[in-house]
Amino acid sequence: MQIPTIVGAGLIVIGAGLGIGRIGGSAMDAIARQPEASGKIQTAMLIAAALIEGIGFAALFAA
Amino acid sequence: MVISTRTLRFTIAVFIAGLPLFSFANPVSDTTKVQTEVSHAVADTTHAVAEASHEAHAEPTDAKSKIKAFINHHLLDSHDFVFSANEETGEHYGFSLPIILWDGGLQVFSSSKFNHGESVAENNGNYYVLHHEKIYKTDAAGTLKEGHGGHPENVKPLDLSITKSVVGILGIALLMFLLFTSLGKSFAKNGGISKGPGRIFEPLVLFVRDEIAIPNIGEKKYKKYMSYLLTIFFFILFLNILGLTPLGFNITGNIAITASLAILTYLITTLTANKNYWGHIFWMPGVPTPMKFILAPIELLGTFIKPFSLMIRLYANILAGHVVLMSIIALMFIFKSWIGSTLSFGLAFALSLLEILVAFLQAYIFTMLSALYFGMGNEEHHHDEAHH
Repeated sequence: MQIPTIVGAGLIVIGAGLGIGRIGGSAMDAIARQPEASGKIQTAMLIAAALIEGIGFAALFAA
Repeated sequence: MVISTRTLRFTIAVFIAGLPLFSFANPVSDTTKVQTEVSHAVADTTHAVAEASHEAHAEPTDAKSKIKAFINHHLLDSHDFVFSANEETGEHYGFSLPIILWDGGLQVFSSSKFNHGESVAENNGNYYVLHHEKIYKTDAAGTLKEGHGGHPENVKPLDLSITKSVVGILGIALLMFLLFTSLGKSFAKNGGISKGPGRIFEPLVLFVRDEIAIPNIGEKKYKKYMSYLLTIFFFILFLNILGLTPLGFNITGNIAITASLAILTYLITTLTANKNYWGHIFWMPGVPTPMKFILAPIELLGTFIKPFSLMIRLYANILAGHVVLMSIIALMFIFKSWIGSTLSFGLAFALSLLEILVAFLQAYIFTMLSALYFGMGNEEHHHDEAHH
């Protein structure tokens, strides 16, 4: 009964982690290409990361 | 000044980071802690030491369940203000707060009547019991009828008490009022140059204006939202920092608080939105007509999901931070050896530094996303939508 929800939440957290990792990596690439746009890239990165993080926490609370 | 500014900053950061260590340092009765208390206690405490050490070694699950209970207790709001408690003697160090109930008329009494949840409080012929920080109406003996799901079936009167969180919020509100009015005055007095605390807060205010409000809302309309954005930014920031002090507040990690902040953002977004915003929700321009019928309910649902995610994000981040920090500190009571204490001290120190970053980041994200939603509600009709 408990185990499927916990496993599901774990899967979602893994997915969210991978997603945030990709966002961070891509932002690094973008900043390396265009250092002068780093401020704008950081803002966009934080928003996207925050949205994914919300899903991760929702999963944690569902478990 | 002898100390350079950087050293001072570092010292302050280290001090704040170390604060939680003092507050959570006595969740369970540890043998060493009891032994230090023996020196200034009466003779029969030696008995307690023997008993406590016996218990701790005989039932390791007991320490774990005690830690769990302590962490759960910390995460809840409480009706009295307890800095620390001694489990052996049953003494609590702290002060009582007023209880205000609406139960067929206003019932006001001090929370000391509950004796930290151990006795039945009597006021004007009504009897109340404090059960897991919720107040239930009972008879004189204080019996709770066990309902389904572990919650008592007794009547819950409307609770308007000045709880610990309310004290924290009122304190922060007063602090913000005094701080920012004096800051405003210092600008007027010094001809536009800040003085004292303004040196710290002016860059933050400018940051909210230049990095959050203007890029997201636009040059023309950002001004009417600035007061709200600045208020929630500093409110969340101060409450997050207050949660890291040894006073043991957990205010932004309380879903009722974040829910009301999110509702405010939702109301402001909805009430100040222009016709383009509603047009984009109910009749999305630039898509085929059948798609408009499918998109309208999704977009409408989206307007509720946005503040909901704001609420969950702040609540979960702060709650998770508190739980992890306290669990790591509790490690030293589980290992009961030098390695556990060293490990938990080091980890808790590092995590406290991270929590300061999270405190700033969450305040920033909440303000940022609020500004983004306000900006969406105020978008002008810019380019032709043929190429959407």
